[in-house]
Amino acid sequence: METVGIGMSIPRKEAWDKVTGTAKYNNDYIIPGILHAKLVTSTYAHATIKSIDTSEAVKAPGVQAVLLGKDNSVLTGTIIRDCPPIAIDKVRYYGEAVAVVVADSEQEAMAAAKMIKVEYEPLPVVNSVKEALTPNAPLVHENLHLYKLADENIYPEANTNISHRVKIRKGDMAMGWAESDVVVEGSFYLPQTDHLAMETRNARTQILSDGQVMMASATQAPFEVKELIGNDFNVEEGMIDVKTPLVGGAFGGKAAVHLETLAYIASKAVDGRMVKIVNTREEDFITSPCGIGLEAKLKFGATKKGLIKAAEITYMLDSGAYADICPRMAKAMAVDCTGPYNIENLSCDALSVYTNHPFVTSLRGFAHICYAFCIERIMDKLAFTLGIDPLELRLKNAIGPGHTSPTQVKTTLSNTGDFKKCLEKLRNLMNWNEGNRIIQDNNKVRVKGIGCFWKTSNSPTDAESGAILTFNKDGSINLNCGAVEYGPAMKTTLAQILAERMNMDVKRIRVTMEVDTKTSPRHWKTVASMTTFMLGRAVLNAAEDIKRQLCNIAGIVLKCEPEELEVAGERVYLKDDPSNYVDFKDIVHGYKLPNGNAIGGQIIGRGSYVMKHLTKLDPETGQGRPGPAWSVGAQAVEVEFDMKEYTYRVIKAATVVDAGKVINPKSARGVITGGMSMGLGKATREEFKYGKDGAVLNTSLRTYKVIHYGQQPEYVVEFVETPQIDAPYGARGIGEHGTIGIPGALANALSLAVQVDLDQLPLTPELIWKTKTGGNT
Amino acid sequence: MIPFDFDYYRPDSIQEAVKIYEELDTQGKQPLYYGGGTEIITMARTHNIFTKALVDLKGIPECNVLEFRNDQLVIGSTVTLTQIFESRKFPLLGDIGSRIADHTAQCQITLGGNIAGTIIYRETVLPLLLSSSQIVIANESGQKQVSLHEVFNERLQLNPGEFIVQVITDKIYTTLPYVHVKKTKYEKIDYPLMTVVAVKKDEKIRIAFSGLCSFPFRSMKMENALNENSQLDVRINNALSHLPTSILNDISGSDKYREFVLRDTLINTLKTLEGVGLC
Amino acid sequence: MLIIEGKKVIELYVNGKKRNVVVRPADTLLYTLREQLGLTGAKPGCENGDCGSCTVIIDGWPIKSCIMLSVDAIGRNIITIEGLKDAPIQKAFVENWGFQCGYCTPGFLMVCHALANMHPNAEEHVIEKWLESNICRCTSYEEIQAAVHAILKPLS
Repeated sequence: METVGIGMSIPRKEAWDKVTGTAKYNNDYIIPGILHAKLVTSTYAHATIKSIDTSEAVKAPGVQAVLLGKDNSVLTGTIIRDCPPIAIDKVRYYGEAVAVVVADSEQEAMAAAKMIKVEYEPLPVVNSVKEALTPNAPLVHENLHLYKLADENIYPEANTNISHRVKIRKGDMAMGWAESDVVVEGSFYLPQTDHLAMETRNARTQILSDGQVMMASATQAPFEVKELIGNDFNVEEGMIDVKTPLVGGAFGGKAAVHLETLAYIASKAVDGRMVKIVNTREEDFITSPCGIGLEAKLKFGATKKGLIKAAEITYMLDSGAYADICPRMAKAMAVDCTGPYNIENLSCDALSVYTNHPFVTSLRGFAHICYAFCIERIMDKLAFTLGIDPLELRLKNAIGPGHTSPTQVKTTLSNTGDFKKCLEKLRNLMNWNEGNRIIQDNNKVRVKGIGCFWKTSNSPTDAESGAILTFNKDGSINLNCGAVEYGPAMKTTLAQILAERMNMDVKRIRVTMEVDTKTSPRHWKTVASMTTFMLGRAVLNAAEDIKRQLCNIAGIVLKCEPEELEVAGERVYLKDDPSNYVDFKDIVHGYKLPNGNAIGGQIIGRGSYVMKHLTKLDPETGQGRPGPAWSVGAQAVEVEFDMKEYTYRVIKAATVVDAGKVINPKSARGVITGGMSMGLGKATREEFKYGKDGAVLNTSLRTYKVIHYGQQPEYVVEFVETPQIDAPYGARGIGEHGTIGIPGALANALSLAVQVDLDQLPLTPELIWKTKTGGNT
Repeated sequence: MIPFDFDYYRPDSIQEAVKIYEELDTQGKQPLYYGGGTEIITMARTHNIFTKALVDLKGIPECNVLEFRNDQLVIGSTVTLTQIFESRKFPLLGDIGSRIADHTAQCQITLGGNIAGTIIYRETVLPLLLSSSQIVIANESGQKQVSLHEVFNERLQLNPGEFIVQVITDKIYTTLPYVHVKKTKYEKIDYPLMTVVAVKKDEKIRIAFSGLCSFPFRSMKMENALNENSQLDVRINNALSHLPTSILNDISGSDKYREFVLRDTLINTLKTLEGVGLC
Repeated sequence: MLIIEGKKVIELYVNGKKRNVVVRPADTLLYTLREQLGLTGAKPGCENGDCGSCTVIIDGWPIKSCIMLSVDAIGRNIITIEGLKDAPIQKAFVENWGFQCGYCTPGFLMVCHALANMHPNAEEHVIEKWLESNICRCTSYEEIQAAVHAILKPLS
């Protein structure tokens, strides 16, 4: 038998589909007769809608319906119900939908959308977090206090732009400051950025005559789509079916429910006919949610020897015009607010703040890039002030067994991993001891910077997963679960976990790539790097379920007790005599006796998992258990900086992450380096820029820049394997983590290069030049 | 998806092209001459351009020429940037083209399209300005060959119904020592923060810019200043005082930063080309 | 003179076969390939010529089908990802983990395939020039580089 399971680099199950063009994504289904919806979007960031003239559009060729905000008075929102699907009375961001045209063809829908005339009266714009928090600032939502909350642990502050505040209070701040010999402070800024999945968001809906709602969407959360559409429009959840084929990149941006709502109301407006809505790249940038921006203030106190004694932190998240999941990102930042460092006296406020920017949703790392940037910069400032090596300072304060997290969870090797080991490995990989600032010829300096991370999941306390296993008559297994495959090969990983537990060839495990909420067992959402953990547990439970059933029937065939049997290589055999066995194929659809009688029947396995021991946070202190475990890691970059031109090149980037157990080495490396690449993009060039009027100035790939081929540095990735005891084979989540520490690492390296504090992103040569010289030629 | 309809004509000769354009124009179809199409298609999608008829010039033999004739290089207007680059017939022009948009787009973008386009950079004009190239323009009365200097002022000054057939450059210019620098904000595949192109002819430096101001240009006054016999920084300060208009200030970079980059680039450019002269 | 006025049947030569399609002159090649011929391997990623996901090969050159009119492709030899049969680059992408979500992959494969045919001995600066036409958001490009290197043989 081919021994294939975990620890092996198995090519992803759908690999050949993806290199032959046969892999199907949601919008690859060409459906005759489907109607097309197109948006009219706001050209103002904050304005009253005075009038909308649709008279020409409704008469245009092919037009079936024109929808306005007032046609649907529902307010949507996964945490705060603050968002009309189409703007009503006023617009709150540039790019917000103000009308939807449904027509026979895309061309006709586009042409008619152009005919709609909207008259606006501009309102004062809230163009930054700082402006939003100024006393008497214009309010993005005047009726914040009246909104229904979909989550009871949310505390919007009436008559302000604050949609939620999370407080962490731990230890004794007065004592912490008293024990501190030095204090360092910093203010930080990160712009909003985009997910930029290559497949733009898209969805289609048909409402059948019996009321069944048939949806198909490029989403990370098909089950959430079903739940929210059901709640928002009073449709029995069981009447809604959501299908999701392969997804072309997601990065958190497809966890929000947005176009699905529009597709639903559009279909409803045309008697349930099938309607699709596909974002243009421009709409995907600004109309659908992007990633958060941040302003922050930090103050750290430490002893001369470098032990951090006190930290006071304020994180202010730019949620844009609607809350979506931003309040939970504030929580996520708060619970990990210190980075992977042990700080006993701690005060942190994390605020989710409305502005007139495009609204945001989760983006790879769930806001952890933001905290990590601030913390890692503060660590370097502290190291500089104290004259301690930055890596040593991190080692001194590294979180470890016996410490507590900001929300006072006791940290153990199992739930946190071995951060010190990551740092020590990084030291070697980066040749740290040669020095971190080395002057070269030609005005160049070679510098190194570190950025570290930890992250836990912040899922709902009852997040769940399920897996169903069925057999083919040849003995191979079908694995069906509700995770969406958008790139990280999670279904292949799950097949490997199953193969390992069944001790069989992974090639003989068939996975269902598509998710259909009607036939796939519910999986919370494919987010938070939690799929391997949650679904892995469910799959292992399902494996035990079929093993029990296999041994029961094999016991009858082999005339022994089930306990005397073992399973491997698609056989059930006697432990004491493996030559005495029965093949899966002869028992999985019932066993046929020589006389033709059948016993047993079809074997179907089921397994489920629900989060355990998670709690809500105490509103005053933040005490509580947010996630099952952390993944920790240390990252670094090496940069060649031109001191004359203020330009630079990243020559090397390294990550050491405690993965618990590496299930598929090549996939794991790819997910980490891919994350690092995105982190470098955020660090060096990605940002939304706004005009004075709040309009987004860069809404296409011509002006919103990402990394292209050829600019990649040398990537170095190593894993530490400290098992998480309750995880499948000890494996921790690593899907987002490669991104998190990179921007901080780069800012540290460049700050060292130019000998000036670079405390904002992206780190463009112009920013560095301006910070260093004051911007005078 | 282009939200409006137009008709498509691919004439086989210059005369046919001019004639059909005129007919379509008379019918009120706001015709557009069409080369690679990259700009027209992207602008049409976003409602930034409108037409009821395209006249594709790619079927015209004269527009597809890429060869030396006697001592002149003749490049047809529908020759792609990639073809120019790969031919190595005019390395500077090839290099410029190979930094416009990206390689795949360069397989479609034509020389004529880049010169006559609406995007402000039009970088292929720079080496042609430095080479005092001639341009063959077709119109209803036939063809005329004029100096690019005469018809290029901030942008190509074509009358309605006219199109570029060819660009003609003396061979000597295709082998001059040159410097080509494209600076971007950070990402390599981006519009230029500025593109600077310089050649050395008869011991004098000729220089042209794109992305520095709102249009591409070559300035004799700046060249004169740079060719003076004085200190490098004096020459550069002098040259900067002769900029034809203010320096761009946009999301690619502030005017101040562009000026910083320009000074540095000019120093490097002059040092490089003057070094060439010394060898 | 070739004249296409209004919606017309035109003949395109796709993956070695003549195909008749009904097009508006304003239809992009990407639209026609996907909606008329069901060749959905070419992906819309920006419809602006910026991302490369829709790249096909025309007369040997990589072309972004979102910024080419279908009528402009008349009389030309079009190859899409569906027309690649056991091309070395396909296997190289699988073996080198050259993709994750796979959405940009057909575009990258077409650029690499055209490059391998045009410049089988391409060195790194040429590879870079060709491949920087496309965007991949999942990988770090390191994997794609390994895949391309596996099929090209630099002379040096």
